[in-house]
Amino acid sequence: MAFVENILGILATRIPIGNWIQSLVDFLVINFSGLFNGFAEIIDNLISSFQAVLSYGHPFLLIVILGLIAWKLKGKGLALFVVLGLYLVWNIEMWDPLVVTLASIITSVVVALVIGIPTGILKAHNRAVHIITRPILDFMQTIPPFVYLIPALMFFGLGNVPGVIATVIFAIAPPIRLTYLGIKQVPEELKEAGIAFGSNWWEMLYKIELPGAMPSIMMGINQCIMLSLSMVVISAMIGAGGLGKPVLRSLSVVDIGLGFEAGLGVVIIAMILDRMFGSKN
Amino acid sequence: MIEVKNLYKVFGKKTERVFPLLAEGLNKEEILDKTGNTVGVNDANFKVEDGEIFVIMGLSGSGKSTLLRCLNRLIEPTQGEILYDNVNLTDLNKKELREFRKDKFGMVFQHFALFPYRTVQENAEFGLEMQNIPAEERQQRAKKALERVGLSGYEDQMPDQLSGGMQQRVGLARALAVETDVLLMDEPFSALDPLIKKEMQDKLLELYEELDKTIIFITHDLDEALKLGDRIAIMKDGKIIQIGNHEEILKNAENDYVRDFVQDVNRSRVLTAEDIMIRPLAQLYPQDGFRTAIHKMKKAGISSIFAVERNRTLRGIVYLEDVVEVLKEDLEDDTKIEDLVKEVPTADPAENLDELLADIANLDIPLPVVDENNKLLGVIVKTNVLANLAGEDVI
Repeated sequence: MAFVENILGILATRIPIGNWIQSLVDFLVINFSGLFNGFAEIIDNLISSFQAVLSYGHPFLLIVILGLIAWKLKGKGLALFVVLGLYLVWNIEMWDPLVVTLASIITSVVVALVIGIPTGILKAHNRAVHIITRPILDFMQTIPPFVYLIPALMFFGLGNVPGVIATVIFAIAPPIRLTYLGIKQVPEELKEAGIAFGSNWWEMLYKIELPGAMPSIMMGINQCIMLSLSMVVISAMIGAGGLGKPVLRSLSVVDIGLGFEAGLGVVIIAMILDRMFGSKN
Repeated sequence: MIEVKNLYKVFGKKTERVFPLLAEGLNKEEILDKTGNTVGVNDANFKVEDGEIFVIMGLSGSGKSTLLRCLNRLIEPTQGEILYDNVNLTDLNKKELREFRKDKFGMVFQHFALFPYRTVQENAEFGLEMQNIPAEERQQRAKKALERVGLSGYEDQMPDQLSGGMQQRVGLARALAVETDVLLMDEPFSALDPLIKKEMQDKLLELYEELDKTIIFITHDLDEALKLGDRIAIMKDGKIIQIGNHEEILKNAENDYVRDFVQDVNRSRVLTAEDIMIRPLAQLYPQDGFRTAIHKMKKAGISSIFAVERNRTLRGIVYLEDVVEVLKEDLEDDTKIEDLVKEVPTADPAENLDELLADIANLDIPLPVVDENNKLLGVIVKTNVLANLAGEDVI
């Protein structure tokens, strides 16, 4: 009897997961702050460079250039939408936050793709990587972003950088998963053809696997962009600038008009990016 | 010369435990039960002379594709030797093997294995790219290979714009462009329609005459094996059970398995409908109207046309005179072209020619050959029958 009680006692002891994580984060903050600062600096530089490029000259210059790109990629209809939509944003004086948001999103997406696509390739070729990344990706995709806002804040301080980091964590799963899936879906016979004609690992990758996986990878990129956009408001909570800020402010001062205007900016930029980098239709 | 000695391929883990069982004479199923290993190739021994067409034949699951893939080590053999001009391929390291594949083997696949994102020309260039041939020479050689297989003018198309037969021509061109001595062909024509298949076999023989190549050809079709092969190896359950030329295979069938295979052929040596049918000159589709019908018949120089569904299911025949009648009497609005479709006798592809002769003689129109789903495979016309009876091109 006493034995059973002992067991029950042990089972009832609370497992201190929260404390462990807390100590882990503390440990990392204390011992690796140099590393994090360096990383933060790189991200910060990226954001500022994109921001500088995007705010070069009059806003109309960027509007026209984006319109032309849309024309080239998808045709006249989208070009018209891009020009009118961005003009509206400029007109309601949301242009500056929009540029900040755009720069942050471009940075997040670039970082997510630079890490994500090679990871996806590795995952497709190496079973160990596949098995290790699977639970991590599940975790990253399903855990509420608010949970890692705090560690991001502690590692990287207030501002755009932790916002970008949180966004990358949130948006990196689709490019990894879809790159993996795309490569896995390349028919076995095509790979055999590659080997039979004497291709090496590298030729196999960039002449057979990546072209074959391209539609899937493009879908991953598109989803990555969309998920990054959905983080705009959340990252504003840890001090990131851009369109998320006025949305949050409108919430705290109950300013319906301001909230709607900023929200409209997010919608417009989301639609533009989705149509420009989406599939054919 | 390629010589294969005591070649084994066992799939699964711990393959070493399988060999004592094989030595005891256990068969494929017993070994699968006992160890969970599948024996793909069991003690294959054969020689392929330079410049011959060597056919490996067997039903699906007999290990023929596995054996072929062992030759260029797309599948790693478990044991045994593959000698190519006295080089043992199983001894080569990764890099040497890659060089060997580039220089010695061209390969053609059952489902074509064309790269869907490359044009026909770029597909044909693929092997040359692997050989690091400069762009200009590459383009010329690929172009020449495409010309050889009869695809000039299609260079800029994408593979999915071509029919199955044409896609396999691209596959063939890709293998020819690298100018290797050996062609490995893994059931290259079995995914094709019977008529196209025959065309491709003829094309292959024509190319074989022109080029000095050794061809190792896999098939499950004895007719194809007899048509193409100088020598034939028959495989069952991973074992080669007989090797020989046509006569040897047909006359001295070494066991029941071969005999079953061969019996089938002896009967079909009498010509069947499939052997002599040709492509219909024109077909009438459901969306075609009276004027289209006339135009199609005029263009093909025929006085009747077979009406088919979109999937080529045969509906019947439409005569030119009936169509002309409708237009003359100005009945165009009251009549539908379906009303003019008349029933026709049909033939089964496996039907013997002598049974069909009476039918063909009494008919003024070609005799359509349809499969079990009533799909139009081809037509038999009188002149063709005569030509075939005169003794041309029997197999």
